[in-house]
Amino acid sequence: MLDTFVIPLLQIAVLVNAVLVAVTFLVLMERKVMGWAQARLGPMRVGPYGILQAIVDPIKLILKEDITPAKADKWVFTLAPIMSLVPALVVFSVIPFGPDPLYYVADINVGLLFIISVTSIGVYGIILGGWSSNSKYPLLASLRASAQLISYEIAVVMTLVSVVLTAGTLNMIGIVEAQREAGLWFAFIQPVACVLVFIGGLAETNRLPFDLPEAETELTGGFHTEYSGMRWALFFLAEYANIIVISAIVALMFFGGWMRPFPNVEALSFLDLVPPWVWYCGKIFFFLYIFVWIRATFPRYRYDQLMALGWKVFIPIAIGNLVLTGIAKVVL
Amino acid sequence: MDAFVFYLLATLILGLGIMVITARNAVHSVLFLVLNFLLVAILYVTLSAQFVAVIQVLVYAGGIVVLYLFVVMLVSLKKAPELRSDSRRVGRTGLLLAGVVLAELIAIVWFTSASSGAPPAQAAADFPPRLASDAMLNTERLGWVLYTEYLIPFEVASMLLLVAMIGAIVLAKKNL
Repeated sequence: MLDTFVIPLLQIAVLVNAVLVAVTFLVLMERKVMGWAQARLGPMRVGPYGILQAIVDPIKLILKEDITPAKADKWVFTLAPIMSLVPALVVFSVIPFGPDPLYYVADINVGLLFIISVTSIGVYGIILGGWSSNSKYPLLASLRASAQLISYEIAVVMTLVSVVLTAGTLNMIGIVEAQREAGLWFAFIQPVACVLVFIGGLAETNRLPFDLPEAETELTGGFHTEYSGMRWALFFLAEYANIIVISAIVALMFFGGWMRPFPNVEALSFLDLVPPWVWYCGKIFFFLYIFVWIRATFPRYRYDQLMALGWKVFIPIAIGNLVLTGIAKVVL
Repeated sequence: MDAFVFYLLATLILGLGIMVITARNAVHSVLFLVLNFLLVAILYVTLSAQFVAVIQVLVYAGGIVVLYLFVVMLVSLKKAPELRSDSRRVGRTGLLLAGVVLAELIAIVWFTSASSGAPPAQAAADFPPRLASDAMLNTERLGWVLYTEYLIPFEVASMLLLVAMIGAIVLAKKNL
């Protein structure tokens, strides 16, 4: 009873709250970093250096009026934000924040596949949100989103397959342990895969330079144009939760997850004083920062360039990488 | 408990299947289809076939149905499709096809239950280093069986997909 229900439920409660709080502060971090990148200060008014902005923003969104367009498909319109947020949160259940069972909710032997398939469900939120609004720009945005997500998913999944080949397991804990055995982070064994997964992650989370489904300048905000108040906030939560998911996957699969740097070097064992989940969260934070950094510095792709990049560059590289990994695995 | 879960899932799956074909709005029926596929995935989990369950979600719910939605949203289906000139003939064809599928399903159940007592062909025995054993994990075992015992059906299926893909490209491109 305690092991099967109470402890997992507590873990889930802690995890979901941690993710949602992290999202609000991620938004603040984004605004601050973007501000500094553009020689501004960013939010400064609420709390010291604007830190409390992360708390007042959600309160404002909850208090705002929630509008459903008269000609919208009400059921689907209500369902869409939920369908986009829930998969983003479900993914965290199989991400291990440390080696022992206290740090993860579930340890399933197809962990990585589970993550890929659950994130692939998340696209429905965007597609249906755009469609059910019964408005032209959101529909265009959701068509773009579905095309983009399918194209980049193929490349990302194929690249992840080559990492799975290197690790020899689909289990998330197994992948981290394989990096300990190899004595090297997979970022150094599979550098191409690492870059490809990160760029594909940018595309899958609709971030700049791939934020075509939102594209304020062309589509007035894209698929969530007709949404307001908390429903709009759910889309936003989903997007940022997905950014955390991508960062967590990259940190886990290519940068050793919860392990300290050089886990096999005895001389550095004083680093073990820092608990494993702190190492992992630090690595995740690093990639979150890169996400923001990229947003502040890159211009948006044109739509045809985006599709050409996905199908004519990423997928061939992913296939090539997979074939080479397979050959290396057989030869070595 | 297992039987209860199975019958609950089966009822829901069949009910959703009926919703898929009776829903007036094409997008709604695609949504019911997604839900249907997710429940089928749960059914696989109860049969402890986690790999198949995850692939079901990834390929069907996450990939193919997204393409369905893509097409359904592009084609305006606000108006009811024009009635065929001879609706009775369409009905008869449908009935015939349904009968064929039913016969096929019965045949599959019949033959598998008849041969379930016998051990499967020992093609894997030709590869002495690693046999498909109970110690292997789900995914590993599936991959092993797929590339030894069922290699030819597997390759034939992939050829079929390749032919379909080339056919689609030839049809879509006027001048290659």
